Amino acid sequence: MSLAVGCRARPGKARDNKTGSWRVFKPVFGKEKCTLCGLCMTLCPEGCVHETEEGFITPDYTYCKGCGICAQECPGEAIEMKQEEK
Amino acid sequence: MVDKTLELFDCGHRACGGCGAALAARLVTKAAGTNTIVVSATGCMEVFSTPYPETAWKVPWIHSLFENASAVASGVEASLKKQGRTEKVVIMAGDGATFDIGMICISGAFERGHDFTYICYDNEAYMNTGIQRSGATPYDASTTTSPAGKCSFGNKRPKKDIPQIIAAHGAPYVATASIAYPADLMQKVEKAINTVGPCYIQVHAPCCTGWGFEGEQTIAVAKLAIETGLWVNYEMVDGKVVKAKKVVRKPVEEYLKTQKRFRHLFKPTRQDAEIATIQAIADRNAEKYAIDIKLKKE
Repeated sequence: MSLAVGCRARPGKARDNKTGSWRVFKPVFGKEKCTLCGLCMTLCPEGCVHETEEGFITPDYTYCKGCGICAQECPGEAIEMKQEEK
Repeated sequence: MVDKTLELFDCGHRACGGCGAALAARLVTKAAGTNTIVVSATGCMEVFSTPYPETAWKVPWIHSLFENASAVASGVEASLKKQGRTEKVVIMAGDGATFDIGMICISGAFERGHDFTYICYDNEAYMNTGIQRSGATPYDASTTTSPAGKCSFGNKRPKKDIPQIIAAHGAPYVATASIAYPADLMQKVEKAINTVGPCYIQVHAPCCTGWGFEGEQTIAVAKLAIETGLWVNYEMVDGKVVKAKKVVRKPVEEYLKTQKRFRHLFKPTRQDAEIATIQAIADRNAEKYAIDIKLKKE
């Protein structure tokens, strides 16, 4: 690895770091109770919760650290934290 | 208009799960948009977002030292101005870099009147190096350099009122915000960026590791700080408070009980005198900013 002058890095290169491996509890999004309010998308510190093409909201498990903020703050209690099976 | 769907603070950063500062960075960059240059001071955010050769930022970003973020931003702004460019300069610094270490450079930059927005994410101690007290640490919080024990109830000094100090420099826009109210925070960032001159926003960003609570509680704790009156969300235009978030106040105990840094106030014995002192701080805040909602008596 050669050092660039001034320690430059490509924008968003942190994506190489797959933080999903940190997870102990996994947020499981229930489609029935979800009202698509989008609060989980706003409050996720990783910014990994997004809307799929089918119109459901789901986290990117490659990066989700399983902090549980989405489950805690969901007004419809549509998100459940489940122990990760590895 | 800024496209708020863009994620300019990307996945893969190494913040703890449930980090308040990471959420603050996400919301600030969302509100600031792509036409932005971010200058960071040393701190937890700088370390977890850019361990070389990685970076979570998708906007131009520069870091130099702990104390000189506002001096670097001054140079960046002056250069952009000379070149006739339109990029906005945003500084992201922690409370240590703002309240203590960077104070000289901040004072200079605000006095010179550069056109930038200074965002201080306030997690109330030096979290990156292991939770040492800073000028932002609240009264009676236990940190590694103000430990609670037989001889002490933790930090003996109240929190420094930096927004007032910045406003005294003649800053056109000074505000406080919280990650618990993301729409309000983003609106304030947009307002600051579109105001000519040096603007300052202090964002309350709870730190689950440093304060001692579960990561999922970050938003709940931030909300309780506002609901108890220990944190006030307000806006100052030209040195005058023009708006403050009103609440039906809860007793400070509800906020203190959620965090390990205040555990010594309840265990092994309840310290009523100390809790009353903290309640008095909240009462003073409520009076100063007139945040109490008066409920009609039935």
